[in-house]
Amino acid sequence: MEILTSEFFQKALLGGLFIGITAPLVGLFLVLRRLSMIGDTLSHVAIAGVALGFLTGVYPLVAGIAFSIAASFAIEKLRKAYKTYAELSLAIIMSGGIALASILFTLGKSYSMNVNSYLFGSIYTLNSTDLCIIGGVTGAVLIVIGTQVKELFLLTFDEEAAAVSGLPVRFYNVMISVLTALIISVSIKIVGALLVSALLTIPAACSLIIARSFKQSVIAVVVIGEFALLFGLIIAGVWNLAPGGTIVLLLIFILLLLLASRRGLRLFN
Amino acid sequence: MSTNTSAAATDDGCRNHNDVITVDHVSFAYQHKQVMENVSFSVKERDFIGLIGTNGAGKTTLLRMIVGLHKPSSGQIRLFGEPVGKFKEWERIGYVPQRNAFNPQFPATVHEVVLSGLYGRKKLFKRLNRGDHTKASDAMDAMGITDLGEKRIGQLSGGQQQRVFLARALINSPSLLILDEPTVGIDAETQESFFHMIKHMHQHHNMTFLMVSHDMEMIRGYLGEEPASSAGKLHFYIKHSHETQDCVESNLAHSLKGLRERMEGGREVIAIGNSN
Repeated sequence: MEILTSEFFQKALLGGLFIGITAPLVGLFLVLRRLSMIGDTLSHVAIAGVALGFLTGVYPLVAGIAFSIAASFAIEKLRKAYKTYAELSLAIIMSGGIALASILFTLGKSYSMNVNSYLFGSIYTLNSTDLCIIGGVTGAVLIVIGTQVKELFLLTFDEEAAAVSGLPVRFYNVMISVLTALIISVSIKIVGALLVSALLTIPAACSLIIARSFKQSVIAVVVIGEFALLFGLIIAGVWNLAPGGTIVLLLIFILLLLLASRRGLRLFN
Repeated sequence: MSTNTSAAATDDGCRNHNDVITVDHVSFAYQHKQVMENVSFSVKERDFIGLIGTNGAGKTTLLRMIVGLHKPSSGQIRLFGEPVGKFKEWERIGYVPQRNAFNPQFPATVHEVVLSGLYGRKKLFKRLNRGDHTKASDAMDAMGITDLGEKRIGQLSGGQQQRVFLARALINSPSLLILDEPTVGIDAETQESFFHMIKHMHQHHNMTFLMVSHDMEMIRGYLGEEPASSAGKLHFYIKHSHETQDCVESNLAHSLKGLRERMEGGREVIAIGNSN
């Protein structure tokens, strides 16, 4: 139990709580727009950026952010080329990211790069710089969503109506992509690139089961996200489990619980 | 500069009606296929235009160009005298698209959807105030969907959903209402009351209408037997209204609510939303 009071664990907890608000919030908009897979794609590209950062001496997190922002623009471009097969652009960019990452990782073997910590997360190695970047991204995301939530709602529910209302739809689309890229890059150290999309999608999946209104679903994703991050980290700390995996399994457990209880309610009615 | 030749309102003596929509020699091609060629027409204030055409004639495309969702390949469209690309007062336009393609599982209540009609440029960085919520409940009241306010939009029937989207389009009290086959997939009774409501709005309020419809009976019944003009396979039926001064109420929502109550009291024509 003394792990809970240690400095590295408390840093991890703070970082986790930041991510626990922002990732599910942005994820909700992505899921509702049927872009669930974008998280996976961007995280795989971010890994390539991280690897390049190690090789060139650029701060890995910053290189990852730059790469995934570039990838989010590339996705938008490709989406236009394959208008009716939009998911194709995600598959292409995702495999491109992994390909680049695998080459860079092999090149960097002699630099003793710790691949695992980026694939599966290494929340216990969060340093103060990481925390500052995560905090900054969280602040930015909260400001943007806090001031634009009604416009984002309309855009998500009915993009054409948003355009006819005179909202700058293209600007909002780019903004959502950039926010997603930022969140994914900073979440990688916490849950790992392979698991990061779970933070975006599973809370939203839970909220679809329980929420009737948009307002409720916004509240639900944040509550579920924070709950999973907090208890996932504590469980992982106490029993010495992999934090990323514990958080994601906890999220899936919550999802199953909600599904089961909804079934139960239906049986009662 | 304007090549407008419509004679709709130049000599009616009392008022000089302005162009609400001007379509000026517009052509549109989609993936190298010509959808429409050299279409010109204008909609004056207080006009009710019924747009009829076969499938693929470009009715929906034309409406989408008017609201700026498509760009014409050539020609120009003006809204209230302003080219669509520069037009800024979108709250003056209510647009109800053909069959809204939202996801039925989307977590949004009827109330949230109706309110979203207010989210335009003018509301950027502004919180919703009391007046906004009053507008929403007035619009819902007018459409008879107040009881459905807290229901998830996906749980409603097609006719109820159509009322929700009409309420959303009316929340700003628009000067121009654009409707794309508003009654597709709705039972005959609900259709009839819907048209009744639209006609009432046209006769008693300072509103202009552009409506695509398949319902020749309704179009001919209200707008006359013959189209006032045609362009390719598109036919425009026109009726002009001057009766706005007859309306005691200037508030659209309240007047519609009165109408609905009269109709319900009389013959129970409107089937208001029974849940499920």
